[in-house]
Formats: sequence, C-alpha cells, structure tokens
Amino acid sequence: MSVKKKDDVTGTETTGHDWDGITELNTPLPRWWLWTFYATIVWGVIYTILYPAWPLVSTASAGVLGWSTRAEVAEQIAEAEAANADIRAELISTELAAISEDDALQNYAINAGAAVFRTNCSQCHGQGAQGAKGYPNLLDDAWLWGGTIEDIAYTVRHGIRNEDDPDARYSQMPAFGDILAEQEIATLVAHVQTLDEGADPLEGEGGQLYADNCASCHGEDAKGMRELGAPNLTDAIWLYGDSDADLTTTIANARFGVMPAWGPPRLSEDEVKAVAAYVHQLGGGEASAPAE
Amino acid sequence: MSTNDSMNTSLYAAREPIFPRRVSGTFRRLKWWIMGVTLAIYYLTPWIRWDRGPNLPDQAVLVDLANRRFYFFWIEIWPHEFYFVAGLLVMAGLGLFLFTAALGRVWCGYACPQTVWTDLFLLVERWVEGDRNARLRLHKQPWSAMKARLRLTKWTLWVLIGIATGGAWVFYFADAPTLARDLATFAAPPVAYFSIAILTFTTVVFGGFMREQVCIYMCPWPRIQGAMMDEDTLTVAYREWRGEPRGKGLRRRKEAASATSETTVTRAAGPQIGGRSPALKMPGIPDTAGGTLPLDGPGDCIDCNACVNVCPMGIDIRDGQQMACITCALCIDACDEVMEKVGKDRGLIDYIALSDAPRERAGEKPRSLWVHILRARNILYTVLWAGIGFGLVFLLFIRPEIELTVAPVRNPTFVTMSDGTVRNAYDVRILNKHGEERVFLVAPGFGQDLALEIEGRSGNTVSVPADTQALTRVYVMAGPENEIAEGDRTEIRLWVEDLMSGERAYSETTFTGRGSQ
Repeated sequence: MSVKKKDDVTGTETTGHDWDGITELNTPLPRWWLWTFYATIVWGVIYTILYPAWPLVSTASAGVLGWSTRAEVAEQIAEAEAANADIRAELISTELAAISEDDALQNYAINAGAAVFRTNCSQCHGQGAQGAKGYPNLLDDAWLWGGTIEDIAYTVRHGIRNEDDPDARYSQMPAFGDILAEQEIATLVAHVQTLDEGADPLEGEGGQLYADNCASCHGEDAKGMRELGAPNLTDAIWLYGDSDADLTTTIANARFGVMPAWGPPRLSEDEVKAVAAYVHQLGGGEASAPAE
Repeated sequence: MSTNDSMNTSLYAAREPIFPRRVSGTFRRLKWWIMGVTLAIYYLTPWIRWDRGPNLPDQAVLVDLANRRFYFFWIEIWPHEFYFVAGLLVMAGLGLFLFTAALGRVWCGYACPQTVWTDLFLLVERWVEGDRNARLRLHKQPWSAMKARLRLTKWTLWVLIGIATGGAWVFYFADAPTLARDLATFAAPPVAYFSIAILTFTTVVFGGFMREQVCIYMCPWPRIQGAMMDEDTLTVAYREWRGEPRGKGLRRRKEAASATSETTVTRAAGPQIGGRSPALKMPGIPDTAGGTLPLDGPGDCIDCNACVNVCPMGIDIRDGQQMACITCALCIDACDEVMEKVGKDRGLIDYIALSDAPRERAGEKPRSLWVHILRARNILYTVLWAGIGFGLVFLLFIRPEIELTVAPVRNPTFVTMSDGTVRNAYDVRILNKHGEERVFLVAPGFGQDLALEIEGRSGNTVSVPADTQALTRVYVMAGPENEIAEGDRTEIRLWVEDLMSGERAYSETTFTGRGSQ
C-alpha cells in the first residue's frame, strides 16, 4: 500500500514506498528526456525499415536501402582490384628478373604472391613453404629444377610430370628393383650414405654400381643435374628421407613427384609472376643468369 | 485506500528557463580570467609552431591519427608508448579527486568546458538581449519583429561560436594552416566538415539551450562527487545561523521589534525551481527543519534574492548543499555586494567547511583554511598524483631513441641448407625515432659463431626512414659443425647499432636447431 507523502526536508513528494524508514523522492524527470526517449524509438523503427533487421523464417527482412555486409565487401574488393589494376599491368610487362629492382613492384608482388601461395600452393608445400616428405621445401637453397626466378616461374606455369601440359618439366628415375639385385641395392644405399661426407662417388664396389646405374643422371660428381631434375646426392637435403629404408625404397621403386601446371587460365599471368617473386625471396632464391 | 495520489502529479517536468543576472566581484573576476585563459588555450594551441626538422610536422600539439603519432612540443608518443597518455588520464582522475576533496566542485564551477562555454554564451546573451530583467521581459513577450531580431542575432552569434569551437577541434588532428586553407576552399576531407558540424551542434545545444540540464541530468560527476566530499571540504554555503530569520523592509523592522512571531521562520524548505534541487542534509549541520532556529531577532539575510538571481543553475544556496550546485561562487559575489550596501559584514554566503558550522554557531571562529586543506586524504591524493607524474617524467627521460623487437618465424622453426647449415628466420622491427633516416648494422651476439644475412640485401645493414619502424627478415645461420645447429633451442641475442650515433640495442631471442625434432 502506498500513501501520498511529502518529504519533510525537501518538501518533494515521495513515491510512497517505505523500506525500513527509507523513502524515495518522486522527483519528476525532465521532459526533454522523455522526448529524447521517443526520438530513439522512432530512430529504431526507421532503422529497422532501412536496414536488414526483422527475422523471418529462413532469412531476415532486407531493408529498403538494400544494404548488406556482403555487398559492402564485394564493393571493397572491387575497389581494391581497381586500385591494383595499374601495378598488375606493370607486373605483367616487367621482366621477372627486373621485378626486385622496383621497390613498389617487388612489395606488391611479394604480398600478392603470398596470398596466391596460401590459396594454391600451401596444401602441398605448407603454410610456411617448408614442404614435407615428397614435397620440396622452398625455403632452402636446394632446387631440383633451378632456383632463379625464371626457373621458378617456369615450374609454376607448367608444373612437373603432369600429362596436361606438354611443356611440363619431365623426367623419370627407373625402378631399380627390377634391374639390380637386393644385395646390390643395399650396397648402393650404403655408398650413397657416404656421399654427403665427401666420399668419392666412383670409388669402391658401390662406386662401380653408381657409375653404371646412377651417374648418367646424378652426375659423376653426384651433384645432380637440374636439366633432368636429378637431385644432388652430396648435400644434406633428402626430399624423401635419408634413412637406409627410405633410400632403399627410392632406389628400388623410384619416386614420381607430380605438380600441376598453374599457368593461365588457372592463375593469371600476374599471379604466376607474383608467386614466383614470392617464392624466390623466401630465402633460397638464386640470382638470374646475366642476359646474353 | 490504495490509490496512489502521486499518480495525479506529472511524472515529467518542463525546463524552467533561468535568467542569471550580471554580477561583479572577486570570484566573477577570477572566472573571467579562467575563461579567457582556457578558451585561449583551446583556440590558439593548434597554431603554435614547433620545428622538428624537415621530416616531421611542425605543429606543437598534433594528434596524427593517420601516422599514429602524438606530438606535444618536444615529446613524441608512438602507439606502444600510449601508457604515457594512460598515466596522464590517471593523473587527471586523481587531480579531480584532490580538488573535489579539498574544494568541492571547483572543477565544475570554474574550469569545466560546459561551465566555460555556458558562461561565454550567457555573455553573448546578455550583450544582445540585456540583463536579467530585460531578458525576462523578452521571454514573456509575444513574438514581434524586435524579439525575432534579438533572438536571431543571439542565435547567429552562438552558431558562430559553435563553428569556431568545432573548427578549433579539428585543427588538433591535422596541420592547422593547411587545414584552414582547405576548409575555406572546400577542399578539406568530409570528416573535417562532419566533425565541425557535430561539435557546432553540441556546443550550441549544450551551451545555449541545455546549460544546467547537462550538469544536473547528463553529467555523472555530480553523483560521484558526493562520495568525494566530506565535512572538511571547503564548499559554497550559506551561514544560516547568521542569516536567519530572513526578512526585508518594513516587515523586517517590525519583526525586529517583536521578535517572537512564528512567521519569521521563513527558511525555505523545498525545491524552488522545476521541482529540482532538493536541499540535502550534510554531516555537521543540525537538522533545522524542526524549527529550532533562534527567534530572538532578524538575521542578516534581507531576502533580496540576489544570490538566486545570479545563479546559473537556478537554485537557492540558502537551501543548503545540493546536487545542482556547481560552486561557481557567483552567489558569494552577489551577497557580498548587498551586505556592503546594507552595512553588514561580508561572507553571509562563503566558502565554508561544514565541520566549522557547529563552531560558528557557538560563536567561535572557523578553523584555518590550512587545517581543512592539509588533511591526510588530500595529502595522499597529492602524493599519488605527484608520484605518477614523476614516474612519467622519469620514463620520458629513459626512453630509448632506437628500439627493436624480434619475432622468430615459427613456420617452420628452422631450415636445413644443402651444406647442413641450420638457418632460423626472424622478423626484426627496428624503430627509428630520430627525425632523419638512420642506417643500422644488425649483428648476432658474440661467442656463438653465428652468421647473419638480411633478406634482399647483400650487407648486414638496414636503413630505416625518419620516424618509422622498418620490418626486415633476418636469417641467422649456424654451421653444420656448430653445436647450436645440432642442439634443441639456444638463447641468442640480436644487436642493432645506429651507425651514425653509435647507439646500440639488443633483443633476446631463441635459435632452434635440429635437435628440436
């Protein structure tokens, strides 16, 4: 029960509620506050008419302005594409080796190339380009098919050992399990394991087997041959592992790593160049041969 | 009966217009000075020039949002040094605590922008429409050509002040002369015009039309201040033991002759304007509502209402301490003027500590000002405030001119090169706070036999443009025979050396070897 009461000190009416002797003054609110409150309601209603707001069964009301976050993003993407149109044209018309001479172009190529790499390449080569067993590490200084920016761009454009592109880099190591005896393979494995410690590739029993079967592709110095994609056997990098078992498998069954062709129409010309520039600056890129 | 009669009274109150009268005196003079100084600081600061060399802006105070720099005369703050701003905000907070505990709402009454601009708007209003009585008359008049002309003149001047206020604000965020030229030729960015428009609107509405409503209803500070004040706080108050019973003219003289009439107890007890400003009881004051006031003669208050007429908040200070009072002290000036005219002592309304009230009632003198000011609470606030201030100044002086941060690249953590060398990559950010380009030599710490290369460069130097940070990828290599290459993780240091000044800085980081797998 509430009774109209006046507060003795202030003379203001109280709400009539009494809690252990504590009463609350019934001071009126300022009228402008009320109008502000109504204005926010009107604003809210108008807002829900203009913008997507009301939940419907499977969607929401679209709002008469037709605004959507997706349309806004699409607009921003279109703006960014338009803003990059000039530098893309410049990238297409610039020689690969000359990209790094222009700071702005190099900066664009690296960043655009990183985006292309993350979308298209990282599935096999890894987010950090560190590769995996069977998928080359692009950060180091060992390149099967060459590490200049032109070599990288060619590999990206045409791929490796794929049937779709006649220009793809192609080579195949024979499966020596059909040619050599098990004991011979074991000898060869033991021999190859000594090569990265500086042993002469052609010396001894293993050396004889090496000279007969391997040297034609991997070279008499065992440093590989890039024209054939034949890896260097004297370095510390082993794409398929350096254990005896791994080497036995490699020699007996051979390996057949495949990479698709990424040239147009799969990636656009500027994207191929950008991703080549990106991979080239990851830490293992080699200088281009001087122009003739 | 369970009918709530209060339902019959309105829940909402319209604003009662207030027409403060002109007043002169000590506090009014002080307030004019404070208004002049604060407005001058606000409007002129962006125009002060400060030479920082060719690569940096020459505006003394500049908030450069686009480049994320804050310039204050010789100090330049980068985003990672924002703790300086946080420290200043803490100091501002403690400063408010200190002032409120010592002098009540002195900030509200003298220095708050709402007070300063309202004062400025009132000055214009008084200049255009005349003093209190003329304005009251004009307010009651029906619309006429004269009234329309006066109102339009006043509003135009208000809007001009508003534009100047918003205009000065945007100059803090861009080079003032350039922006002023752009604004005049309509070449400035839309956000500048937009900011000016919003600030013009709020300045005119808050300073011209809402005034005391902002202080009473919108500002949280009056509520907080109640908790910051105590009975030793010096605040504007009315010496009711001296002033009551109040009365004027003939009645006053008659009552002086027969000072027993109950009617002389005319102490106001209730909200005077718009149902607001209830008088709040404060500690130290005996409850006077019970009619215990002395009735043995008229008090000094002649009930001339001068204190009410000059009040920009529209309250009656004689009701006692109340939330709506911003302690602008204009009622002190008004009352002192009257007291001098009627030949009585000044100070019927005065800065008083409420703890002195019982002493004064008993006929004793109030205690010294310093007893109230120098109390533990105020000293504690001062010590904290000064401590943070000294800390910030100290930090300012030990701030390095170059800094580096090193983030090891973790994807992958290391790379084996064809000769067996183990290579780690680091993203190194070098901050150059100098006003010119500097070249830095990057080197690994001694004694660990590490080699270092910088991506895209043949040498081991990085040039960092003036007042920027440069991100560089640095490779650190441990040869195949190095135990660090074969180990798990090893602490290493990266050094940078400014080749011009010889300043050096280092950062600890980790080298990951093959042993981590």
